[in-house]
Order: sequence, then C-alpha cells, then structure tokens
Amino acid sequence: MSLNVSNLTVHHGAICAVNQVSLAVPTGTLATIIGSNGAGKTTLLRALSGLNKPTSGVVNWMGQAITGEKPENLVRMGISHVSEGKSVIPELTVKENLELGAIWRKNSREMKESMDQVVQIFPRLGERISQRSDTLSGGERQMLAIGRAIMSKPKLLLLDEPSLGLAPLVVEQIFQTIQDLTIQMGLTVVLVEQNAMGALKIADLGIVLNLGKVVAVDHAQALIQDPAVRAAYLGY
Amino acid sequence: MQPLNTFLIGLTAGAIYALMAIAFVLVWRSTRVVNFAQAGMALLSTYFGYEAVSRLGSFWIALPVAMIGGALFAALVEFILMRLLVKHASSGPIAGVAPIIATLGLLGVIKSVVTMIWGGQDLVIVAPISNNGFKINETTTLVFSPLKLFILGVVLILLIVLTILFQKTNLGLALRASAHAPEIARLSGIRVDGVRTLGWALAGAAGAVAGLFQTVNGNGNFSPDSAEFSLLLVSGFIAAVIGGLDSLFGAVLGGLFLGVAISFVLMYVSSGLFFIAPFVILLLVLFIRPQGIIGVKAGRRA
Repeated sequence: MSLNVSNLTVHHGAICAVNQVSLAVPTGTLATIIGSNGAGKTTLLRALSGLNKPTSGVVNWMGQAITGEKPENLVRMGISHVSEGKSVIPELTVKENLELGAIWRKNSREMKESMDQVVQIFPRLGERISQRSDTLSGGERQMLAIGRAIMSKPKLLLLDEPSLGLAPLVVEQIFQTIQDLTIQMGLTVVLVEQNAMGALKIADLGIVLNLGKVVAVDHAQALIQDPAVRAAYLGY
Repeated sequence: MQPLNTFLIGLTAGAIYALMAIAFVLVWRSTRVVNFAQAGMALLSTYFGYEAVSRLGSFWIALPVAMIGGALFAALVEFILMRLLVKHASSGPIAGVAPIIATLGLLGVIKSVVTMIWGGQDLVIVAPISNNGFKINETTTLVFSPLKLFILGVVLILLIVLTILFQKTNLGLALRASAHAPEIARLSGIRVDGVRTLGWALAGAAGAVAGLFQTVNGNGNFSPDSAEFSLLLVSGFIAAVIGGLDSLFGAVLGGLFLGVAISFVLMYVSSGLFFIAPFVILLLVLFIRPQGIIGVKAGRRA
C-alpha cells in the first residue's frame, strides 16, 4: 500500500472541504477520484501534495508520514502534482517549463534523458520546444504540464482535472497517455476528474467524493456498472 | 564640445541609474515586488563601504565589502519583512500592495538608523581612480575621465553577467519561475523561499555598487539626506520602468537614456528642472510605449 490516507480533514477557512477521508492506493494503481463541483477533490489533492495544510488526519507515502510537508520536499520524495488549470508558466518557453521539473535533481545528463523521454511521449512538445508557452493550445499546455511532472521522475502522480476545457478528441488522447504512462513508468496515479466516464474507463480504482466525504470505493469497472453512480455522474 | 561633454556626463550618470534600475529589476524578476527601500539599502551599503575605506584604506576592498554587506542586509530584509509580513497579509486586497508599502516604510527606517549611527553630516569617500577628464589636446579637456570609463565598464560587465545568469543557468530559471508562478515552482521542487532571498541579495549587491559609484562620481560627499541618493532612487526606479521592469537590458538602456536626457535638459533648458525632468521623461515614454522600451506585450490565448 504505497499511499495511505487516514481520516484526513481539510478546511477552507470555516468550511470543511474534506471531511474524515480515508483511502488506500496500492503501488502501481491508477486511482480516480470523481465527484461533482465542490466535492472537495481539488482540496484533497492539494493536501496530498503539500499546498494545503490539513486540519487533522494522516497521510502516509511509502511508509512515511508526510502530512503537512512542504511541496518542494514532497517532490524530492517522488510526488508530482499537476494542479488544475493547465499549470504551465506562460512566459517561459516549452523547454524551460520542462527543465523546471528537473532542476532540483541537479543532474544535467538525467535532465537531458528525461527531456528526450518527454518529447517521445509528446512529440508536439518537441515541435514547439523553443516557443513561449503562451502560444500553445489548451491540449498542448496540458501535455506540457504533465511532461513537466514527469521530468521530476515521480513515483506518485497527482493529476487535477487534466481534461478541463479540452476538446473531446484531445481528452481521449490525454486519458490514453495517462493510462500508458502509469503502466510504462510503473507510476501510482491519483486522477481527480469531473469527466467521470473517461476517468473510470482508464482507472483501476474508483473513489466517489461528495461534499467532502467518501461515498463509494470500488474497482472502476464496478462503479461504471453501479446504478447510483451511473445516475449521478455518468448520465444514464 | 559642450554637447559631447553633456552627453558623456549624462551617460555616466545614466550608468549609475542603470545599476539602481538593475537592482529594482532583480527584485521584480525574482519576487514580483517593487522595493522602494532599494536606495536606503544602497545608502547603508555606502556607509559599509565608508567604514571599510576608513579602516582598511582601500576603495578596492571597500567595494566588495559594501556589496557583501548590501547582499546580506537585503537577504535579511527579505527574510524578515517579506516572508513574515507576506505570510500574514497573503489574501485580500492588501496582499499585492502590502510588501511595496512595507518597503517604503523601511526606507524611512533605514535613513533614521543610519543617521543615528553615523550622524547626519557629510562624509567623504575618495575616488580610487582619477576623475580628471582626458586631455584631447593642450586646450581642451573632455569631461570623460578614467573613473567614468570604469563605471561604464562595470555596468556593462554586470549586465552581461546577470543576463547570462537569468537566461542561461538553472538558477536563473528558478529565479524567474519563482517570480512568475511560485506555486508551480514549488510543485517543481524549487525551494522558492531561498531563491527569492537570493534575488534580493543580488539586488542588494547591485544597489551597493550604485551607491558607491554615485558618491565617488560626484564630489565624494554623502549623507543620509543628500539629494544624490534621492535622485538615485527616483531615477533608478524610473529607469527600470522605462526599460520595461522585466528586463535587465531594458534597465540599462532606460538608465542610460534617462541619464543622457536629463543631462541635456539641465544643460540646455534649465538646471532647475533637476527633479522634474525624470518624471516628465517617464510620462512621455509611458504615453508612447507603455510596456517600456524592451517590454513585451503579454501574449494571450483564449
């Protein structure tokens, strides 16, 4: 069990956004957290990557308690978070955005290897490698954000709504890439999504969050068949 | 002859404003804050330099001493003021403005502390290189001197070194990322707090050089309230804005342009326009090219 969350509670000021959430994600699993707007999915992810400080509860990664650790330290422990909204730095070039993910490793040979790897996975980034990132399309920016996360050589990849605002064809590509990466790089992935169907189709494990609480945990395929989940999130 | 002299005087003064502007741009590029206490730090660093010259007798030792002192002091200010203050004022309408106002307050505090420690009277730092103009022939002397040439050379070298740092090194990338998007930088593993402090330290060192040069390029006198330091603050800031605030090269261009422009205004229009000239020039530039000489219009994709 590489990622273990116990009774995690996170507040936004007075509002309880994440309420006593517990979950366990085995190594190498693609877990997806689905739920409607305001369910607390993003807050949960931010608590896992250190951007938000939990009010109470414990987060364990690879046997170590990481609750409340700073994000820059968690990166060094193998956790990479792609925050929502295509988190690239528009003023920097594609190359610079990618390099950013690997600077902390202080190894230029490894940085070059990782860069070649990312360009292989996302050839479009290679085509635009010297361009400023604000000239990229939405899909390309999302690829860049994921590419930057990969540059850190993560073991745990946290993705916040990568499909947001993207065209359906691009969404398919991104989801497929996420699934391929999980297998090829042996990653553990927590994928937060509003696109419940797309996410459940590629995931192994599904977690449904509503108003800050876990309301269902099951194999993703089982959740797709579950009538309650279908009615609430899958539209049929 | 006079136009040439006017130009050269302006060029050297402008090079010093450029140093100050570089300090502003360094802080802006690494932390997105305008540091109005920059001149106060330059003032304090000049006093450090003065102490070094008095005790050790050499300007050449005093220069690095002032730079290190300036860097350390700036790092301290960033650590205490910015980290602690910003933590408490990190949301709400005051969040963007609080750090800037804090630096304004700090400027006043530094001046008072300096006066308390060293007194308000004029102190002197003697230039290490001759400020006597080059002789062209028997009767004419250029206002340009070895000292002025040295100042221009230092500014040019500093510009090149800093530009290489920011554009070509990993540290520079970390500095830029930490300024544009600290959260993304953190998620990329950059120790943003330390990087921002480093940005301030670099600015402190640049400001120290500006303060020392401003002193020795004049008559060597300086004091907490001297007009030279106020002019340095104002002109340095305006030069940075003219240059686009985001660009070191723009800061140097802005500084040189401002220095030469002011010099001509003072010589050919009226020497009483001492303080107004920089502002008028600023307004003109902002009317014509609001993003500054080098500034890039931000790209937007829907």
